[in-house]
Amino acid sequence: MDKNSKAIIADPLVDNNPITKQILGICSALAVTVKMEQAVVMTLALTFVLVSSNIIISLLRKGIPGKVRIIVQLTVIASLVILIDQVLKAYLYDISKQLSVFVGLIITNCIIMGRAEAFAMQNNIKDAMYDGFGNSFGYGLILIIVATFRELFGSGTLFNLQIIPSWMYLEQGGWYVNNGLMLLAPGAFIILGLIIWVQRSYTHFIEE
Amino acid sequence: MQHNNLYTFKFISLITIVASFLLALASTQLKDRQEFNIEVDKKKNILKCIGLDVAAMNANTIIEEYHKRIQDVVLKQNGDRVNHIASEDLELVENKSTGQISYFYKEDEFLPAYLASNPQAFIFPISGKGLWSTLYGYLALDMDLNTVKGITFYKHGETPGLGGEIEKKWFQENFIGKKIFNDGGKLMSVSVAKGKAMDENHEVDGISGATITSKGVSDFLKNDLLRYIDFLTIHRSN
Repeated sequence: MDKNSKAIIADPLVDNNPITKQILGICSALAVTVKMEQAVVMTLALTFVLVSSNIIISLLRKGIPGKVRIIVQLTVIASLVILIDQVLKAYLYDISKQLSVFVGLIITNCIIMGRAEAFAMQNNIKDAMYDGFGNSFGYGLILIIVATFRELFGSGTLFNLQIIPSWMYLEQGGWYVNNGLMLLAPGAFIILGLIIWVQRSYTHFIEE
Repeated sequence: MQHNNLYTFKFISLITIVASFLLALASTQLKDRQEFNIEVDKKKNILKCIGLDVAAMNANTIIEEYHKRIQDVVLKQNGDRVNHIASEDLELVENKSTGQISYFYKEDEFLPAYLASNPQAFIFPISGKGLWSTLYGYLALDMDLNTVKGITFYKHGETPGLGGEIEKKWFQENFIGKKIFNDGGKLMSVSVAKGKAMDENHEVDGISGATITSKGVSDFLKNDLLRYIDFLTIHRSN
């Protein structure tokens, strides 16, 4: 892999992270980060949609009429999302039940349309694919960090395995109580805010 | 890039046709599997509420065990059993404001139920509103038609960790052994307490942070039990 491709993949991980830098895709970052399992499946679903849509849009980019390009992009994205939703319902029924409407809502995830419009429309298929992977990983990375905090402090588990020993809990005679705030959307907002704060004080990035 | 209108029109038509063709294909190919999953999920929950360990079972085992142990029955509202209607023939109508489901065959209302052998139990579907969503599940009673054998919820949209705790083992296990009638034979149902349960026969521990979901469960459990009251009363005395 050449230097340019590496940069395309690595850039969205931290420096140009879609969630923490561009503040896109916040809705699902709040909604599906209560449990690790959901965050991972959501990341995989988004990776599939983003990579495929980038490839398809890049493939069609010379033929897409400029006036209706957004409509074409949305048609491609919506079809892919419906497809992955159907596949999850057929093969991963239990998880699709938990993710419920959020798989469908990938359609409105600004990261996907943003990448289609900003990158795939101007670049070749290979770069568009790398860009798709890079942004999905950047998105997934944040989702997984947020989900780790939320599941650990909100439910005391990770991937549904008990991490915080049960004898520590108040009901078992200990002193510990799970933090209910972590299970609600504001908990995710606070963690996300902290991540952005840490990242920006490290990179010295200031919003213009 | 500039294109004329005719080209734009052709391009959009082509994209739309290709996309809809692919989606229609995927939908028809996957439909059987999806419906099978939904069916298995319901059967799994019926088996779960009579106390079987379903976590380790795969889809085929679930169907096998279901056929071995469970018999579908249809009841009239007065509690009499009807033999000429199968439970699949019933048409479901959900009351959108309460979440209660009514079952119709032609114009008449019926009640579906399930009889389990080994372990013996009487099972019926329950549903109603929580905070955000309608909760769907099953309640199983021992053959004394008074003691709760188990409860499950197979579909809901409550907040995970708060109202969503209804799907957890600890919450559902609390129902086991509770009584729905009091000593005088009056229907008490089982309600979800606020905090710790005080009445050891008719209350279970509440979920902290989920007052409305808990209240919803208490309410619809009682309403659904009331619909089966004739059947329960007749067969309890026998």
